[in-house]
Amino acid sequence: MSIQQTLEAVVQDQIKTDLPRMDVGDTINVHCRIVEGEKERIQVFQGVLISRKGRGINETIMVRRIVNDEGVERVFPINSPRIAKFEVVRRADARRSKLYFLRERQGKSRRLRDRRRGMKHVEGESTVQK
Amino acid sequence: MAMLFGRKLGMTRYFTEDGMNIPVTVLEVGPCVVTQVKTSETDGYEAVQVGFDDVKPRRSTMPMIGHDAKAGTAPKRVHGEFRTGDGDDAYEAGQSLNVEVFANHAFVDITGTSKGKGFQGPMKRHNFRGQLASHGVERKHRSAGSIGGHATNLGTGPKIKKGKRMAGQMGNKRHTTRSIEVVSIDAEKNLMIVKGAVPGPNRGIIQIQSPSRLYKPKARKQAEKMKG
Repeated sequence: MSIQQTLEAVVQDQIKTDLPRMDVGDTINVHCRIVEGEKERIQVFQGVLISRKGRGINETIMVRRIVNDEGVERVFPINSPRIAKFEVVRRADARRSKLYFLRERQGKSRRLRDRRRGMKHVEGESTVQK
Repeated sequence: MAMLFGRKLGMTRYFTEDGMNIPVTVLEVGPCVVTQVKTSETDGYEAVQVGFDDVKPRRSTMPMIGHDAKAGTAPKRVHGEFRTGDGDDAYEAGQSLNVEVFANHAFVDITGTSKGKGFQGPMKRHNFRGQLASHGVERKHRSAGSIGGHATNLGTGPKIKKGKRMAGQMGNKRHTTRSIEVVSIDAEKNLMIVKGAVPGPNRGIIQIQSPSRLYKPKARKQAEKMKG
């Protein structure tokens, strides 16, 4: 086994296999586990997925949302156990892999086009989720 | 007390049970073969010599091939020894040691040859601050500054004190990182995962040893592990 394969095998059981299909441009809900002392609660962060980078255990996503007219971006390691689950709220069309141009956008132009077409190849995704 | 040779495979990340994301290094540890047992009667001190990694006989030397053959093994690439004392397990030549030796260790020391950085200035080599960017400083922005008069440091004398930190070769030097936390051990694959960085390049040969000294909280953790 090559060194690279060994390194991947070591963390194989930490990689999540039950992730939904998430593409750049989708609006997603990230359910974070917040530990406060003894208690644990779930906090949901909803926003547009604007970047996805890294491979295997190192894979991260960047989610952008607007809070009080202020853009907030958070980077989540998708395999972190501190994240309970991801949910896709709305699928949208993106023509590029990193949507950093959304940072410059204001008002209506901030919206992304719904993905209503070309989803037939994805199982169970033939219609847009509400 | 124990010491084994191994190889650094590379770094990755690891999520602990409580969700912490820690950087880890994956090491291939052993299996090593005991090539010689030194005793106070014959050698004047008690120690165990181990060899690691098979090497083609033509890359070894006749004396080393003979030495390893005495323990009944093929020629080994690297050899090294560790001291033994009262209360240590008995070792015999030809015995194979694997990563399970460290099963009751919460911490280890790791020695390796650090990556060579070449001839470096004092800012990179010793974290000096250098000089100002302006205010009349010319062509001296990264220099060390004064190294003291000839008569200072050593009282009186014709020379600068030895060991004065200056520019020079950085890295490519034997280096030990102490008290590295052991995250997990896989005896089947001879793998050990430790927290943080380890000296040397990937594939570099390293020595893994029992920790020589631990700070109090770490020592407490180690004692607990030994018990359980």
